Order: sequence, then C-alpha cells, then structure tokens
Amino acid sequence: MTEQEIGQRKAVKELHNIAGSIYDQIDSGKIPKMVLPLRTKSNIRFDPKHGVWKYGKATGARTAKKTNGAMMLLRTMYVLELIEDMIEQKKSSTLREMYYISEGWDAAKFSSQDESNFLAEDLEIVTGCMREDFKLRPEEDGARVMGDITIVETDRKGKKKTINCRDDVGDSGYGIPYNVEKDKLDLVSTDAQFLIAVETGGMFDRLVENGFDEDFGAVLVHLKGQPARSTRRFIKRVNEELKLPVVVFTDGDPWSFRIFASVAYGAIKTAHISEYLATPTAEYVGITASDITNYNLPTDKLTDMDVRALNAELKDPRFNDDFWRGEIETMLQLNKKAEQQALAKYGLDYVTDKYLPEKLTNMGVTHR
Amino acid sequence: MSSIAEELAKKQKEISVSEFFERNRQILGFDSQVKALIMGVKEAVDNSLDACEEASILPEIQVRIERVEKDEYKVTVEDNGPGIVKRMIPNVFGRLLYGSRFHAVRQSRGQQGIGISATVMFGQITTGRATTVRSKTAHEETAWELDLIINTKKNLPEVLREEPKIWDGKDHGVRVEFFMNGRYLSGKQSVMEYLKQTAIVNPHAKFTFVDPEGRSITFERASDDLPPPTKEIKPHPEGLELGTLMNMANETKSKSLSKFLQTDFSRISDRLAKEICEKAGLDPERTNLRLLDKKDNPGGLRLEDYKRLIEALSSVKIMAPQTDCLSPIGGNLIRKGLKNVLTEIRPEFYAHPVTREARVYAGNPFLVEVGIVYGGDLPKEQPVQILRFANRVPLLYQQGACAITKSIERTDWRRYGLEQRGGEGIPYGPAIIMVHVASTKVPFTSEAKEAIANIPEIQAEIELALKICGRSLKTHLNKKDTKVKTKAKFDIVQVILPLIAEKSAKIVGKPVPSLSGTITKIMNVVWIDDSVAYEKKAHKVRVTIYNYTPKGQKMNLHMVLPQEKLDYTGLQMFPAQVKDDGKVTWELRSIPTTQKVEIQFQLKGLDQDAYDENEVYVSGIDPSLVIGADPLPGDWDVKALQISESASAEPVEDDEDEVDYDEQKEALSDD
Repeated sequence: MTEQEIGQRKAVKELHNIAGSIYDQIDSGKIPKMVLPLRTKSNIRFDPKHGVWKYGKATGARTAKKTNGAMMLLRTMYVLELIEDMIEQKKSSTLREMYYISEGWDAAKFSSQDESNFLAEDLEIVTGCMREDFKLRPEEDGARVMGDITIVETDRKGKKKTINCRDDVGDSGYGIPYNVEKDKLDLVSTDAQFLIAVETGGMFDRLVENGFDEDFGAVLVHLKGQPARSTRRFIKRVNEELKLPVVVFTDGDPWSFRIFASVAYGAIKTAHISEYLATPTAEYVGITASDITNYNLPTDKLTDMDVRALNAELKDPRFNDDFWRGEIETMLQLNKKAEQQALAKYGLDYVTDKYLPEKLTNMGVTHR
Repeated sequence: MSSIAEELAKKQKEISVSEFFERNRQILGFDSQVKALIMGVKEAVDNSLDACEEASILPEIQVRIERVEKDEYKVTVEDNGPGIVKRMIPNVFGRLLYGSRFHAVRQSRGQQGIGISATVMFGQITTGRATTVRSKTAHEETAWELDLIINTKKNLPEVLREEPKIWDGKDHGVRVEFFMNGRYLSGKQSVMEYLKQTAIVNPHAKFTFVDPEGRSITFERASDDLPPPTKEIKPHPEGLELGTLMNMANETKSKSLSKFLQTDFSRISDRLAKEICEKAGLDPERTNLRLLDKKDNPGGLRLEDYKRLIEALSSVKIMAPQTDCLSPIGGNLIRKGLKNVLTEIRPEFYAHPVTREARVYAGNPFLVEVGIVYGGDLPKEQPVQILRFANRVPLLYQQGACAITKSIERTDWRRYGLEQRGGEGIPYGPAIIMVHVASTKVPFTSEAKEAIANIPEIQAEIELALKICGRSLKTHLNKKDTKVKTKAKFDIVQVILPLIAEKSAKIVGKPVPSLSGTITKIMNVVWIDDSVAYEKKAHKVRVTIYNYTPKGQKMNLHMVLPQEKLDYTGLQMFPAQVKDDGKVTWELRSIPTTQKVEIQFQLKGLDQDAYDENEVYVSGIDPSLVIGADPLPGDWDVKALQISESASAEPVEDDEDEVDYDEQKEALSDD
C-alpha cells in the first residue's frame, strides 16, 4: 500500500466516525454537535517540541441548536459524501471546485469559498488527516524559486526529472507544485548559503535581475503575499533537509509581519499542522520599522486598518517578544509604513549592493 | 417743549392692518418665494376644507399651479363647498381680520381671518394683478365672478369687475385664482408635500393637484365619513386670566353672579357656581358685576373680588371641557389616511394610533393624536420623519421650534425600538411619527402658524400619546423578533436537521433515525403562528399550534374577534365558547409532541382595514413554553372554563457554557 493509499484509508475511516457520531447523537435524541479546538489567536500555544505555535486546549461546539451551526453540520455531511465519492472514483477536486460543487446542495451551499476552505481545515483538525488525503487540493500553486538548489520532481507521467533551480530554469524560476511531499519532490543538494523568502514579485525579480542568488549564494523564494501551504512546506524542508538558514524579506507594514509569523511561527488558520509548515529558525530581515528611519525611506501613512492590525498584533502571543513589541510600537509611533521597493529611492542596485549585504552581515547570515 | 409733542402727534397716525402686514409679510409666512407659493395654496385649501365640513359636504378640491413667467405663478384652487353669497365675497377675500371664526371657541383650520386675504394682498403686491373669485351657491341660478384687490390703506376690498357666469356642471362651490411671485420646488417643504400631508389627516377629502409641468396627481378619498361637525362652546374656567374674567364680567348680559358663572362659562353647574361664590366670599345673587368705580359704579366689584373669584375657580373641581367641540381624526381614520397616502413605501407596520382624551390649557380644550408608521421602504439610517398637524393642517416649517418636535426629542425611543443617542433628540430608524394637535385655540409661536408653542400641558399630553403609540410599535417589533428567531429554529428542525439525519444515515448505512427527541430539545416550545389575509371580501385567519416540547400538551386558545363576524360555514374546529363581546375560546385537549393543530376560519362583512392583526392568548399551559401568544390577561372572564395547570417541562440538558464554534467574534484569518 502506498503512503497515499494509507492516508486515504485513514481519511475514510475518520470521516465515517464523524458521520457515525452525528447519527448516534440524533438517534439518542440529543442535539448533534461536533467539538473542535477554537481557531483563534487567543487559543494558540507554543509547542516547545516543534518550536512552533499550535492550537491550545480551548474548544467550541458546532451544534445544530443555531442556524449557522446546523448549516455547517449539514455541509459537513455533504462534504463527507463528496470526499468518499472522490476516493472511490479516484478523482480529486480543487477547493474552488468543491465550492462550486456545493451549488447543487440547495440550502447547504457555501456562501463563500472561505467558508468551504475553513470546513476542509476543520475536517483536517478532527480527523488528523491532511486535505490531500481528502482528495482536495488548492488551486493556487506555490510560488517561484531561483537559486542553486537541485531537486528531483516526479512529473504527472511518473517520470523523475532532476532540476537545478538556477541552471535548468528560465528567469522566472522553478514553480513550486502544490504537493511538495517526498513522493513528489526530492531535495537533492545545494551549494547555496541561505534561503531568502521575498514577499513581492517585484522585489523577487529585482534580486533575480541583479544576480543576487549567484553573488551571495542565495536561494530566492517568492512568497506571493501570504504564502501557500506548499511554499511554506518547501521552505521548511529546505531548511531541515538541506540545512539552509532562512530569512524573510517583506514590506514594512503590519500585514507583512503576519506573513513572517506564518512562515516562522505557524499561521493561526493552519495551527493544527504548524509542525509541517513552519520554520522556527527563520529570521526577519526587513523592512523593519527602524529601517524606515535608518534608511530614510519613502513612506505612506498608516491607515485605520493598519493601526487596528498593529494593535491586534500586540495581543498576538506569537509577537510577544522584545523584538516584535519594539517593532510594532515603533511603527505605531512613526505612524508610517514602507514598501520593499521604496529602497529604489537610492537606485536599482541599492538593495543588493548595500541594504541586504549590510543587514545580512549584521544578522550573521553572510560574511562579506 | 410741548411743540415736540405736537410735532410727534402729527406723525402718529393710524396704520391700517393691511399696511402693517404689507411691511411685515414674514409674520404671515410669506417670507420666501418658495414658501409664499405653499402659503397661498394652503390658505385657499384650508378655507375650502372648513367650508365643506361646515356644510357637511365631502370635499373635492382641485389645485393647479401654472407658471406664467420666470417668477410668476398662477394658482387656482377650486372646491365643491357651499359657495359664498355674492355680497360677502369682497369682505372674505379682500379684508384682513374679517371672518366668521375669530370670536368662536371652536376647532377650525382658519382662525383669525387673515390667511386668504393676505394671499390676495401678497399676490397683488408682487404681481400687480387682481384675484378672481368665482362662487356659486346651491340656490343661485348662476355663479358670480369677481375681480378684486385690497385697498391696503383702508383695509377694504375694491371690486374691479363683477359678472354672472354659467358654471357648467357645478351646483355649488368656489374657485379662486390668484397670481403671485414665487418659486415652485419639490421636496420636503413643497406644495406637493403639503397636499400629501393634508390628504393623510383629511381622509374624507379628495385632492387633485396639477403641477407646473402639467402632471396630475390625485389623492383619492379613503373614507366617506365626514368628521362630526364641531360645536362652539363657552370658555372653560381653567387657566382663565384675570383680564379676561373682568372683560367678560363687564360685558355679560347675565342677571346675577351665579347666572354669569353658569351661562358664560362651560362646565359650571348651579351647585358649583354657588360653591365658587361661597369660596370667593361673594353673594351668588349679586347683580352688579362690573368693576367698582367710585364715581360711575360705586356698587361694583373690587379688583380683589375678581382675584378671589379666579382663586375660587381654580380651587374647585371642574369637569373637563366638553370634547364635542373638538374633531379628532380618530384611530381608524388616521390609519386609513396614512395607508392611503403611504402605500407606495409599503410600510411593514402601522402602530395602533392613539387619540387622547381632551385636556385643557388656559381654558382651551385640546387633544393629541399620534400615529407611527414603521418599516417598508423608509430609510433605516436617517432621522425619523416627523409629520406635524394642527387642526388637520400640516405644519411644514419651524420643526425645531415646535412643541411636537420637542416632545419627540424628550421621549426615550430606545425603549420603543428606535435608535437614539443618549435617549434624547430625534430618533433614527425607518419610521414616520405623526402628531396631530386639535384645539379650539392652537397656541402657535407666531401668526404664520408654523409651530406649536411649548405649553407644558400640551407637551405632556403629546409625550404620553407618543409613549402609548411607542409601546404598540415595540410590541410589534418584539413579536417580529420572536418570529425571526423562532422561524430560524423552525427551519433548523424542519429543513436542516432532517437532511443531516438523512445524509449521516446514508454514510453509515443505517435507517434514518427518528428526529423527535432532537427537535423538541432544540425548540422546547409550543409555537403559535398566526396570519390574516384578506381575500374575496373575507378575512381568512389561520392559527397554527406546533407542539415542539418533549411531551403532549393541552391548552385553551383565546382570540378577540370583531363581534358577530365569525363565519361558521366550513368551520373545522368549533370554538368551545363564543361570547357576545367577541371573545372566542378553543379547547385544545391534546397535541402530541412534535405534532401541530391548525385553526382556520373566516370573518365576513368587515372593511379590509378593520382587522389586520390577530389577538391570540393562551391559558391552561405554562406561558413560558409558548411563543407567539401572550398569557390570557387577568380581566378575561375565565370562570366557565376548566383550567388545569400543567407542570412545566423539565429543563433541557444544556451546555450553555460551551463556546459556539460558529459564532465566534474573532475573524479566523492571518492577513
């Protein structure tokens, strides 16, 4: 039995258990419910074993007492049915397709794709399976990689292809597939010194054009905003298996802080699988709040939403350390934010000639 | 020195009333071009309505506004009233302070006899044109048409032309045409709005309006009932002022003090008159009631005597003035009027209108009426719309200065389901609040009659009426809220839960489980759902009783129905008791758990508006189990019925301290 088949068998069994529990509760005259860990920032705890943040012990009940809960239970039943059918028929669907499949569920159809994505995650949490086991996959692929790292990818025809992510790809780099587990992707070797995860496509392309990967022995990974699971999993595997230190380079605003948190500490939404996705040793390069002053960067004023987000971060346990409290408070004080590309104020080469070398040397990642 | 006084005396000459108003037109409300046009229409329409009602004619009034030049408009108002006899026409239209109602203590729209002649004068000043009046009374062969102007110096009418006219198809009525400088606008303060509001409070009248674009709008008559004619009354002693008493005493034709009190005032009986005299220390039989004057009237009353009379008058208990001098619109017609004009905004609720008993301020009877309209297409996030009326006349200006507005602002509307910051000020929400103040003398803040003065007695009455009407609104909103919540649960047990059961059974490969245990745990109520529909000239009433408790229930269900309107033909569930006053009771001896019982019947021979909400009560069951009906009120006669208290259902096992996974406030998101 392949690993995949084992996972699917377990998924079917666990999903049956959910349906069975609901059935038994109704049969014994109770109000059916499912108990789930609360997926909130107040219910994430640091897991010292893995060095990441995971859901704590607080739970909530999804019950048929209220309309929303009853509706989600009904949707759960429909999703169970769908997953079983897909496993049986050896098909799979994207999360977006599942959202559209629900169009045929009358009153139970999802009101948004967020809702169906969340339900898929709920099922992961309850069953301890991954959504891939449910034959559900994200429609978005991971982002791009550029740098001296050699991998072996098993393509859709089952052929193994060895690819160097600098020499064997074009200027747009290697595209991370949605599945980056071992049976799909093998990490073979690297001569690089570190991995740098970059928030924006514009900055990724700037670093590529300036040859930053070759000059500094860097593997560039594009995050595309909040990184997809496969991107985070890829970064984690490179960090663990190829022993490359990871740094994260984002805009200087509250949302970018959260991007870093989901790479390094684990995202709230996926805290049940943080140990698969998060890279606890990842470090933040910038743009920091102090960079704004130190490099005298062009800025924008914080919006009301920005300020609310920063204040929420002050209450987020993942940011509860001296570095982040300092950064957040400084940013609130400055009432300013800056983009990565604001560095272009000093010329297109400034980021690769001056900013990154300076910061990375200070962090002890490069020596130059 | 005396020469200066002489000089001044030369300049001191009489200013005619007309001249005075010509110079102070804002006093009459003609202070802007927009307003002037509205005032012109208003004065003519007020007169028409008053005339029709005095003659017991259902009013039909046509208003037409035509644009003559840039700022000049021609206004035509035609009624089907009794007409005005020819010789009176010049005085009615061409002389200020001339009218039939100035000295009367009675409720009418016009009071001082200024309005229409002021309009004539204003038109004449601004356009130089005369006013044309055509009038025909029922027993005249022809109509008369007159062109007239006002000689402002003399305050006298001047007739420029008069001739007999054949008025085709018109038996009686008046048509007045005048020209004036003005500006026609639409909106909150406009001729259209004035007519719309007038139609609300005069549901017995039909209005047709043709605007300057030639568009014609008709407000049909909503009721054929004329308001009962108002009567003239004598002044009421309450709040009487010393000067007024002295004037009345000096001019009375009564032979004695006792007779004077009885005949010149309302609500003073022979016995009461004697009691007042006794308290004032005056002989009831004394004849000379005039003020003492050492030379001319040595036997008269002293100033202190009048003062004591006033004191005595205020210390005895005097019946409120008779109310038949006032003409309330009445709850039924308020509702009809509002519905007639507001149908296009499809309000979800018309609160039960409130008509208060007449009260008195300073000897003047007044009464307050309030109606509230809620929901439909009314804007949700704006201040409520306030409709103010005095003696059935809309008040469009000076909203902030008006006692009605102040009373609304002082009422805490949060209690009645409207938003209001800090519990004062104009509330927000999808509502129209209508207030009508009727009085023999409405105390306006100015001659323009735009706002009601802040008289404490009036304000207190308005506030009371608002609160009563507000409670009706709140009851409706509570009922709606309960319905929404119950409906949600109903959907769960009727739709969602059966599907969950079916799906889970299919996945685990077992038969679909019975739902009754779960259903009763989710609901644990007896839900009473009622509706009224008007179809084929009958009210179809349906009351459904769902027993969603874990065990069988029995109860008595009570309704108040219009007397003798219950249609027994085709009735499935016969009531156990029907009383003469319309109280009807059904005995529901057994409703098994998760079952329902339906009561359906028809009411025949009622106006559609006469019945639109059911009154449903229950007894013989724990009222806390029942949603959708109130427990039977204490004053309901229940002796004839066997009532047995059923034990309340055992509390449902509940994990209330459990956090609801799907109702968390915090957004589940990282970005």
